[in-house]
Amino acid sequence: MISTVLTARGLGKQYHRRWALSDCTLDIPAGQVVGLVGPNGAGKTTLLHLATGLLQPTAGTIKVLGGQPANSPAQLARVGFVAQDTPTYSRLTVADHLRLGAHLNPRWDAVLARDRIDRLDLDQRQVAGKLSGGQRAQLALTLAIAKKPELLILDEPVASLDPLARRELLQGLMEAVADQGLSVLLSSHLVADLERVCDYLIVLVASRVQIAGEVEQLLATHHLLTGPRRDPNNLPADQQVISASSTDRQTTLTVRTKVPIHDPAWTVSPIGLEDLVLAYMRRSVGAGRKPALEVLR
Amino acid sequence: MIWLTWRQFRASTFVAAGALAAIAVIFAITGPQLVHLYDTTVATCQAHHDCQTAANAFTSHDSFLQNMISFVMQVVPALIGAFWGAPLIARELEAGTHRLAWTQSVTRGRWLAVELGLTGLASMAAAGLLSLMVTWWSRPFDRISHNALDPGVFGERGIVPVGYAAFAFALGVTAGLLVRRTLPAMVGTIAVFAGVEVAFALRLRAHLIAPLRVATALNVRQISQMSISAPGNHLSVSVTPRMPGAWIYSSQVTTANGSANLGSAPPACIQHAGIQACQAAISRMHLRQLVVYQPASRYWAFQWYETAIFISLALALAGLCFWWTRQRVS
Repeated sequence: MISTVLTARGLGKQYHRRWALSDCTLDIPAGQVVGLVGPNGAGKTTLLHLATGLLQPTAGTIKVLGGQPANSPAQLARVGFVAQDTPTYSRLTVADHLRLGAHLNPRWDAVLARDRIDRLDLDQRQVAGKLSGGQRAQLALTLAIAKKPELLILDEPVASLDPLARRELLQGLMEAVADQGLSVLLSSHLVADLERVCDYLIVLVASRVQIAGEVEQLLATHHLLTGPRRDPNNLPADQQVISASSTDRQTTLTVRTKVPIHDPAWTVSPIGLEDLVLAYMRRSVGAGRKPALEVLR
Repeated sequence: MIWLTWRQFRASTFVAAGALAAIAVIFAITGPQLVHLYDTTVATCQAHHDCQTAANAFTSHDSFLQNMISFVMQVVPALIGAFWGAPLIARELEAGTHRLAWTQSVTRGRWLAVELGLTGLASMAAAGLLSLMVTWWSRPFDRISHNALDPGVFGERGIVPVGYAAFAFALGVTAGLLVRRTLPAMVGTIAVFAGVEVAFALRLRAHLIAPLRVATALNVRQISQMSISAPGNHLSVSVTPRMPGAWIYSSQVTTANGSANLGSAPPACIQHAGIQACQAAISRMHLRQLVVYQPASRYWAFQWYETAIFISLALALAGLCFWWTRQRVS
C-alpha cells in the first residue's frame, strides 16, 4: 500500500518566461479526497497536467503512485483524468465512448460503466455533442471511473455546471470513492465546491503552494481573532498572522498556531474553510512573492 | 486504439471509397469503348495512311473526362492533406479531446503511431488506387502522345501520386499540430503542398538524374525553324529532335567545331534559290545538333526517385510530429 499518491519536489513549469508553477513540494496522502483550490491562473491546471504526464516539468520531480506520470501504459492505467471542460468526442455516441474506454483500458469495468450510464438516464445512441454540460461531465467522469484507476484527477470538473448538475456530479464522484476506495485529486476556484467533499486541501496562489494539509487539521490550527485595534506584529512568536484587517477601533486577524490562544483581549472564533482560503489568497496578493509556507504534515 | 482511429475516420473512408467506386464505374464503362475505338482507328491507321488524322480524332475523344482526370489528379493529394491530414490532430487540440485520448491506458506515442499510420496508409492507398485506374484508362491516349515524362502528365500517372499523398498527408498533420487550428492548417497545407509540387516539377525533377548529351550531324529534315537576320545575313537554325517519349531539356544547332555562332547564311538561302537548294547548302556546312535530354527508358527511374523523395519527406514530417507531441503539447 502506497502512503502517498503524489510526491513533488521543487516542481516547476515555465512557459516562455513565466513560471506557471514554481518550487512546489508536496506529499499528497493516499485514500483521501484532495482539493486543489486557488484563483484562476494560479497554476492548478499546470500541476494537474504535470501529474497526468500531459506536461513535462521544467524543474524538480514529480511521482504519482510511485511512478513517472504517463511513462507506460501500466502507469497510465492507474490514473484517471477528467480534463477541464470535460472534453468528449462530440460526434461519437455515448455507446462509442464506452467502447473507446473498453478498447483503450485493460482494466475497464464494462458493467460499472453501463450501470452508471443507465442510472444517469443517458441514451447510449445520443452523440456527445448533443448532451448537456452536466451530462457530458458525467460521461467523462464515467470514462475515468470505469477505467478503474487508483488515483482519479479532475480539473475544475464542476466549473461550467449549474448548481444541480454540480451537486449530482460531486455526489457521483463520492459514490465512486466510497465503492472503489480510490484517491481523488480535484481542483476548483471555488472553496464551496470542495468544502463538502474534501478531506485534504491544497491552496495554490500565484504559482506557489501556500498551504497544504488535512481539512480538520487546518481548521483546528487556524483561528479568527477579533479585538480592539492593535499592531498584529506584536503577537507571540508561536502565532503566525496569515491576514489582518483593521478598522479604527477593531482588528481582525487570521492566525495559525498549534497552541491554544489565551489572551483575554481577543475573541477567538473558529474559522470556516472559505475564510481560511481567502486569508491565504489575500496574504499572497498583499505580500507579493513571499516564500511558500512549509507543508503541514 | 485501432478501433478509435477507425471510428473517427470511418465516415471519411466511406466518402473516399464511394468516390473511388464512382470513378471506377465511369472508367469501366468508357475504358473498353476507348480501347475498341483505338484498335479500330489508330491501330490500323498505317493501312489508310492517315495516322495524323486518326490520332487527332482519337485524342479529342472524351476530352471532358480527360480534363477532369487531370484536374482530379492534381487536387486529390492536396485534398488528402487538407481534409485527412490537417484535422487529424488539430481537431483534437481544438476540442481538447487529446487530453481524453492521452490519458487512457495508451501512450501518446502509440496513439500517434496508430492515427498517423492507419490514416496515412489509407491516404496512400486511395491515391495509389486512383492513379492505377487513371493510368489504365489513359493508356490509349498516352500511347499516342507518348509524353510520359512531360511535367504536365508525369505526376498524374504511375506511383508518384502515392508519394504526393503521403507527403501532403504528413504536411497536413504537421500543420495542424503546429498551428493547432483546423481551418488555417487546411489552407496552409494546400498552399505549401501546391508550392512544393510545382517547384519540384518545374525545377527539381530535371536534376534528379544527369541528362544525356548527344551531338549528331544535323539532319536538315528535322529543321523546325530557320531565320536569317539582317546585319550580315546571320543564320540561326532550330530543330525538333525526333525522340519519342524523351524529355528534351534543350536542343541546339552548332558548327562542326561546336560554336553556337553559325555565321552567315549560305548564298543559296539568300538568293531565293528554293528550299531544296538552301537545305543542300546548309547540309554542306556540316552543322551539328546538340540535344540534352532524358530518354523515355528512364521513366520508371524518375517515378521511383520522386516517390521515394516524397515518402522520405513524409517520414521526416512524421518524425517531427512524434517529437512535437511528446515535447510541446499538453
